[in-house]
Amino acid sequence: MPRHAISAALALLSGLAFAMPLAAETAPQDVSFAEDGLIEAPLSETAGDPENGAAIYADKTSGNCVACHAISDRTDAEFQGTIGPALDGAGDRWSEAQLRGIVADAKRTFPDSMMPGFYKSSGYIRPGDAFTGEAGSEPLPPLLTAQQVEDVIAYLATLKE
Amino acid sequence: MTTTIRLNPRAAMASVFALVLSLPAMAETEPETTDPIVINGGEIELPTAVPAPDHLEGAFDQVYSGWLFRDSETQAMQLDDFENPGMIFVDQGIDDWNTIEGEAGKSCASCHEGIESMKGVRAVMPKVNAEGELWSMEDYINDCRTNRMQAEALDWNGDRMKNMTAAISVQSRGMPMDVAIDGPAKPYWEQGKEMYYTRYGQLELACANCHEDHYGDWIRADHLSQGMTNGFPVYRLKQAALVSQHNRFRGCIRDTRGETFAMGSDEFRALELYVASRGNGLPVEGVSVRH
Repeated sequence: MPRHAISAALALLSGLAFAMPLAAETAPQDVSFAEDGLIEAPLSETAGDPENGAAIYADKTSGNCVACHAISDRTDAEFQGTIGPALDGAGDRWSEAQLRGIVADAKRTFPDSMMPGFYKSSGYIRPGDAFTGEAGSEPLPPLLTAQQVEDVIAYLATLKE
Repeated sequence: MTTTIRLNPRAAMASVFALVLSLPAMAETEPETTDPIVINGGEIELPTAVPAPDHLEGAFDQVYSGWLFRDSETQAMQLDDFENPGMIFVDQGIDDWNTIEGEAGKSCASCHEGIESMKGVRAVMPKVNAEGELWSMEDYINDCRTNRMQAEALDWNGDRMKNMTAAISVQSRGMPMDVAIDGPAKPYWEQGKEMYYTRYGQLELACANCHEDHYGDWIRADHLSQGMTNGFPVYRLKQAALVSQHNRFRGCIRDTRGETFAMGSDEFRALELYVASRGNGLPVEGVSVRH
């Protein structure tokens, strides 16, 4: 077997391994949404870490929730967005199952929402390969991992008024 | 949802809140002022708000120049042609206009004389040509170059093309945008409209999400405008260069984590027409300054 074929095979294998969820996680395509868009079961076995979630919330390269939402005590984050609702008190207004559904795929809760689905891998129009502008092939890696979604939900659940 | 309401009054409140939120959110922030852009100490005055064209009934009452959504330093750069970094490229485009090139031994000026003869062109671009095809200004330029001058076509995104579109656009500065959307333009316009409302890419974003539903809002430090194109080609501070409409479209769709379209593609010509028509009535600003 020529060397380039071997490396291609290896790349394919590692690609497969990457696409396969860890045993303890629910893959995006296997997530079960209730009728009104909520997700009862956690997506990962490990409980969400609110501190990690707070970091993902403001991290431009992962959650970047702050691009569209504001939380009044997040003075660490400059230029909070005004597209989505402010999230102060989100933990009072929403159950964890509702938060999980909204973060994973908000349009199942609010059909006209502008919010991207953070745990979704297919069903897109002209899906791209991240921010390259080139075509991507579905299933795409979700915007957040199952554990990151759980971390963000754990953080949002702490937002009480 | 009904079950939730029966079980828990707090959840019921949340459901009501959810219903309110599920209505399309409208921008909360209209521009604070709609002062005109006064250039060169009053020599040119460009209105920044005009009544929306009829086809936008129900979406917009007024259409606004993107200039209103920029910070005061950026705005100021467009108030004086000596401060406007795009104007140097206009001069380079005018030089090119007068330069003989190609087998036919002609320059643009050989047929069209002074570049001021291009007055009015920018306001009606893109436009359906004699063969019924929708052409952008770039297409008309390259048609002249390859057929009449027998010179090479310019690259859509190359400096010389952008300089030339800038030089031609400036001749129409102040004239209201007036692209045709009926007759032979209609199918292209419909195609562009369909694109405008299509949610592309992994972020599932349509042009309309930001520029119709949320103009005036902020995505982080970025103040969303109505996405009008009357200022193109734009001198964009972020890129420190002139930027064409198709280049900006390409960047927007790329930023949805989508597979974008090519500059000079039929899709972007159609989108260019539709977006231009949303700004019908706004004055040609090219070359504007944005960031």
